[in-house]
Amino acid sequence: MKALVSVKRVVDYNVRIQVKGDGSGVVTDGVKHSMNPFDEIAMEEAVRLREKGIVSEIVAVTIGGAKSEETLRTALAFGADRAIHVKTEEAVEPLTAARTLKAVFEKESPELFLMGKQAIDDDANQTGQMTAALLGLPQATFASKVEIADGKATVTREIDAGLETLEVDLPAVITTDLRLNEPRYLKLPDIMKAKKKPVDATSLDELGVEPAAAIKVTKTAPPPERSKGEMVKDVDELVEKLKSKGLV
Amino acid sequence: MSKILLIAEHADGQLNAGVAKAMDCAQQIGGDVDVAILAESGQSVAEQAAKLAGVTRVLVVDNAANAHPMAATLAPQIVALAQQGGYSHVISTNSTQGKDLMPRVAALLGVPQVTDIMAVHGPNSFDRPIYAGNAIITVEAPAEPLICGTVRLASFQPVASDNSAPVEAASVDAEIPSHTRFQGVEIHKSDRPDLQSAPRVVSGGRALGSSENFEIIYKLADKIGAAVGASRAAVDSGYVPNDMQVGQTGKIIAPELYICAGISGAIQHLAGIKDARTIVAINKDEEAPIFEVADYGLVGDLFEVVPELAEKL
Repeated sequence: MKALVSVKRVVDYNVRIQVKGDGSGVVTDGVKHSMNPFDEIAMEEAVRLREKGIVSEIVAVTIGGAKSEETLRTALAFGADRAIHVKTEEAVEPLTAARTLKAVFEKESPELFLMGKQAIDDDANQTGQMTAALLGLPQATFASKVEIADGKATVTREIDAGLETLEVDLPAVITTDLRLNEPRYLKLPDIMKAKKKPVDATSLDELGVEPAAAIKVTKTAPPPERSKGEMVKDVDELVEKLKSKGLV
Repeated sequence: MSKILLIAEHADGQLNAGVAKAMDCAQQIGGDVDVAILAESGQSVAEQAAKLAGVTRVLVVDNAANAHPMAATLAPQIVALAQQGGYSHVISTNSTQGKDLMPRVAALLGVPQVTDIMAVHGPNSFDRPIYAGNAIITVEAPAEPLICGTVRLASFQPVASDNSAPVEAASVDAEIPSHTRFQGVEIHKSDRPDLQSAPRVVSGGRALGSSENFEIIYKLADKIGAAVGASRAAVDSGYVPNDMQVGQTGKIIAPELYICAGISGAIQHLAGIKDARTIVAINKDEEAPIFEVADYGLVGDLFEVVPELAEKL
């Protein structure tokens, strides 16, 4: 079966985020970017399913500017066979991303659509669910285990109370959580090979996607700062402090 | 004036404690607030919801398909409710259930969603965190046709339980798909307080080294009646189950007292504890980033400090 995996280029998870002085956004120029870590888990899962003989073809897709091609090359180095770059220099919100991914899904007709449960830049946690909704497909979000057999996926999901298991008919959208797998380290030969794999460029216009009404960001601010507290020398002093503040 | 539909989470006949906090958010938006209970048999949960201050009506949608909450089955019913009732807002808590469900509802309604509302400036203006809470954005959502959102529980206080709102059965005309089937749930039962609403929380990290060693964290927690949390590293290492993870993609908490031991303080973990009133950090590395946000820091071996603290508190 064919698997479609969507990936997003985001500010690297190790970067300390700086808010611009004029409140117009966060600093992204000259800052290290990489593939959204949850999308790496989605890529890894697709590759593992191919290693098990369940998936035969992996197509990676991203929506973004010219630099997003780097992220697609990473996906190709993981093992995607080819990639689709939906080019846009505009910021794309989840509903517009979902409309775009719906259009790509309809062209590709995969049995499985994998993506990260959320991107660590906007932390929206919406695109997978919205894509499934627009396609009228099942969704299995926050997956920590995926088993595929007989045209169905059995997915264990991380929920607040513990773990839930759903069975969904394929095709379905599955969004990945942290414990699903540990993505492999990419090897140099794979990175070199990825450079020769095909990337098809397209656009929202070409796909016939109408951008959704946008949520307007009027201000970006740093969070209220926690002031550094005091160091205590031993447990006795700590107990005394907590008692004097009425915390215990 | 706003007319809000609040989707209430519940399990085993109990209303989720987060609903009272989401009501605080709803009241700040202002206007009428209808609480929807979608259940197999929702009467007793509805009676609990009817007590919450500010609730205008409780709507009960009973259906055998609602025995287990699944986004694919709930979403079309909520869309029908939202459209029949002419609501201006549809909101839920930002629990895993709300995160799973609400984007499906929003997409079916053709509207964007405001995730993790942490402050309300007006009927369509909110603050929400991005980048693991390292930036806060103020947003204006398109008011027409309606606004969908999830409420960041750590930012709101539970409303009082002094109301007796009317409970009404609601019927919805929605096609419920059969492509998604519930297979089972493994609930990690605990006699300790609930992590997301407990006033005190004790957390452990990778430095604990094993699930057996986590026992010292439980002992300290039990001594002060605290809930127990963990860093991602401790969950990934299998010391504790996933539902104990505190952080950007786990649980966001706001206890009065947060004590953590053996947690270095990655930004993803700090995202989950920034709203704690007092943070106490115990770590053997005096350079650990956790000390930059802790109100009280103690450099030491957690295997000595934690049991001693349990003994002396």
